[in-house]
Amino acid sequence: MRKKHSKHEWKSNTLPSIVMVGPVTLLLLFLVVAPLIFVAVMSFCRTDQYYNVVYQFSVENYIKLFNADYVKIYGQSIIIALLTTIICILVGYPFAYIIARTKSKRKQLLYMLVIIPFWTNSLIRIYGWRSLLGTNGWINTVLQFLHLTDGPLDLLYKQGTTVLGMVYCLIPFMILPLYTAIEKLDGSLLEASSDLGAKPVSTFLEVILPLTSSGIFSGSIMVFIPCLGYFFVSNILGGGNSDVIGNLIERQFKSGNNWPLGAALSIILIIVTLILVKIYQKMGGDMESLGV
Amino acid sequence: MKRRRKEKMHKRINVIFCALVYTFLFLPISVIVVNSMNATTSKPYLAWKGFTLDWYVKLWDNTALLEAFGNTMIIAIVSTILATIIGTLGAVGMYKYKFKGKGIIDGLLYIPVVIPEIVLGISLLTIFARVDIPRGMLTLILAHVTFCVPYVIFNVRARLAGYDSSIEEASLDLGANRIVTFFEITLPVLAPGISGGALLAFTLSIDDVIISYFVNGQTMTYPLKVMESIKSGVAPDVNALSTIILIGTILFVILTQGNLFKKAK
Repeated sequence: MRKKHSKHEWKSNTLPSIVMVGPVTLLLLFLVVAPLIFVAVMSFCRTDQYYNVVYQFSVENYIKLFNADYVKIYGQSIIIALLTTIICILVGYPFAYIIARTKSKRKQLLYMLVIIPFWTNSLIRIYGWRSLLGTNGWINTVLQFLHLTDGPLDLLYKQGTTVLGMVYCLIPFMILPLYTAIEKLDGSLLEASSDLGAKPVSTFLEVILPLTSSGIFSGSIMVFIPCLGYFFVSNILGGGNSDVIGNLIERQFKSGNNWPLGAALSIILIIVTLILVKIYQKMGGDMESLGV
Repeated sequence: MKRRRKEKMHKRINVIFCALVYTFLFLPISVIVVNSMNATTSKPYLAWKGFTLDWYVKLWDNTALLEAFGNTMIIAIVSTILATIIGTLGAVGMYKYKFKGKGIIDGLLYIPVVIPEIVLGISLLTIFARVDIPRGMLTLILAHVTFCVPYVIFNVRARLAGYDSSIEEASLDLGANRIVTFFEITLPVLAPGISGGALLAFTLSIDDVIISYFVNGQTMTYPLKVMESIKSGVAPDVNALSTIILIGTILFVILTQGNLFKKAK
């Protein structure tokens, strides 16, 4: 009797479940899984003299990955991504803390003001930084007007300029999860801690920080990984002096026209992503909080 | 007394710090707005040559730019609609039914979210080239749907967490069929999650540079037009269009979430 019932249920649920989950399954298979597998296959191919892809097994691309110029850029990318992540934490944490715990009536507005800039095209905002930092830009004009410097400062096309642009693009991905984590904090816990005689510093280190560390972890993942790929930031602000892995890949797929080598470079990014996500999960990170 | 003074100073430091962060966030945007009213006509359009609103008029003669913006809107609208339908159905289906491979689908959803956009872009490019789909509007829409669907699913799922499925059973018991129940009961309850996901999908699509850059073929979108113009200096009419878009989005937010500017809940 029971068996019959479950069989009936299975039958009646098959069609609706296929209708509902089918489209997303097909989408993921054909537009996420298949392309990534194909990139992996292509990374073992090579090109003929006309830059056409030849489907013939070769590890030549993987040998090229150890080229000294490339290795230098991997190191540089990691430094840029690391600096960006650290700056985003150092600026984003206190900022998120202040707006999440404000008693102001305009809290919601303060939150929206973080998001609004990101509704303007990111390229044009990065270009905005280029004109701000140029020798005739606003920043140099103000500095000279105030007689803080004699001549214009050389602010563009440095590694630091790229980091600034990366921080600018990615800081909301740090602020928003931190805001959520801090807002959930129970105020009475903080009061209890200070009532029991804890100094603000130890309340922070022993109560607040552990309770909000999930926000730091997910924010760091959402900042560090994209940094390695954001080629347009280093293109516009770095002037070729602070390329990231993304620049190497972009060049192989556009001007360089060596897709298999570009595919092999992408495999590096995929592996780095997998390792970081694994570490994140090991530390108790919740995948769901990477989504929004 | 001393303590109060200390608190006041703390508060002042907090306000200054937040003001600095907001300045950092809005500074490049003010550059865009100011440069859209610059009378200069020579590249790279950075030297200030006086105030003018001419660019807001001349903008309407720049057919290439307007066409690119039109493409961006078409792509954003179509891919938002598709991603919202696929995502909502998927989220509800995965919530209601148990089936083999559910965990796998769930895991795959995170790939477009965490993987660097450039990897998604080049992987789509290679597969489109391999199966010979001509790059253009179609590939742009397919790519945008791909990276939007997970965000729709996460938003709808967040809403499903507090969902009481007994109301659906009640509807079925009262004789409504599954389709009527889905449209009359399930959808209205999930509406906030669906619209949140759709809004996010729309903004992601409009601003996408990296993935579009690889799958666009000859079709230009507004962000790609900006990318192209950066080499020679972004012209004031591009700044003017960006300013209009910015004002448009702010107005949209005020109209849809007007309570935001009045008081916190």
